[in-house]
Amino acid sequence: MTCLDTILILGAAFLALFWEASFGGLRVLLGAQIDFLPALMVCAGLRAGLPTIALLAAWGGLSLDSLSATPLGTSIMPLFIVGLAVYSSRELVLRDQTIAQVLLGLAAGAGVPLLTLLLLLTTGHKPLLGWGTLWQLAVTSAGGALFTPPCLVLFDWLHRSLTHGQAAETSFRSDREIRRGRG
Amino acid sequence: MLLTLIVLNLPGHTKGRLKLGIGSLFLPLLGLAGSSQQLAGAALDSVVPRRELLRQNEALRQENQGLRFKVMEAAALERENARLRQLLGWQARQPHKIKLASVVLRDPSNWWRSVQIDLGSRDGICTNLPVLSPQGALVGRISSVGLARSQVLLLGDPNCHAAALVENESRDKGVIGASGPLDSGFVELSYLATNAKLKPGQLVKTSGLGGIFPKDILIGQIVDAQPIEYGFGTVARVKLAANLNALEEVWVIVQQ
Repeated sequence: MTCLDTILILGAAFLALFWEASFGGLRVLLGAQIDFLPALMVCAGLRAGLPTIALLAAWGGLSLDSLSATPLGTSIMPLFIVGLAVYSSRELVLRDQTIAQVLLGLAAGAGVPLLTLLLLLTTGHKPLLGWGTLWQLAVTSAGGALFTPPCLVLFDWLHRSLTHGQAAETSFRSDREIRRGRG
Repeated sequence: MLLTLIVLNLPGHTKGRLKLGIGSLFLPLLGLAGSSQQLAGAALDSVVPRRELLRQNEALRQENQGLRFKVMEAAALERENARLRQLLGWQARQPHKIKLASVVLRDPSNWWRSVQIDLGSRDGICTNLPVLSPQGALVGRISSVGLARSQVLLLGDPNCHAAALVENESRDKGVIGASGPLDSGFVELSYLATNAKLKPGQLVKTSGLGGIFPKDILIGQIVDAQPIEYGFGTVARVKLAANLNALEEVWVIVQQ
């Protein structure tokens, strides 16, 4: 994981948020807007270190709240908690398996809005709630599940394309060298 | 976590400024999206055939003549109204001063109903100004103002309430409140009297009470009504006249 990967993830979060705020077609069609930040947080949790996770939570949360009526700072903690959970369990997860990526995306897609809702209610705000909220949670979870594997593929490809590959270990061993000639 | 606690506990105006500052980072992307839309529009305009343009021109000319006649009628009615008000000693009504704004962003979260428009404090916008659809139906109110952008809370948001009256014999009064998370076209009209005579199709307009929304702005029409628990009142479902999902431009009433 390099500094470039962190910049790419933060840039992707910025573009994803702009897309979410500009295009409401999915909201009209599905009744809920899909959030890309949980999927990006799963990518960061699986691929990056804690500084990147903290940066993505701060940057993504503040940007999301600045475009929304949500009080500023509310979305940071839910994103960070999800990122931290993925990061701390990534050695136990078969992260190359698509099914594992889908399940992580599903959990993150449900976890971030639920934690945000909990925080909003705890701080005394009254968001839009009803039976429809269950459907909205289902849509955001499905969105997280759907977008996590392509996100991981995209960041792997960008990493390979934009950074130098690690030098492969040479097969040469000095003790196996056939010395020619005299001496 | 520390950052969350710090930001959540900032003073209101600092939080507002910080929010607007971070939101303004999206301005270059907004400009880019606007320019690409204009380019696409210009490219489409250049390929419209001449026959189609002539047909549109003729239709607009006819519409213009009809509207001119209606303006003349309206001016005559206005003069008559002013004369009658003077005879009765009523105070003359001031026409609303309105400004057209474009909807530039929608709330990306599912917890609120709000949009952002491209007018701000430099255009004379301040909080709590009423916002109307291009057809003149109520859309919501301004909730926060930046230099070049403002946030509009739409009807149906838990923080946007409007005093309303039903156009029926008893002129029943109530309060427009929040809607369900999935019903963006409907809102709840609550605090109605138990004996309210509501029928589907009756128009709901602003009552002018509360001081934010001026009187007689169309909100929508009654869909159905039912008594609330223990019969303490009636609650009605109202279909909004404005399509909040398809808002592209809105009017802001800057002076009432």
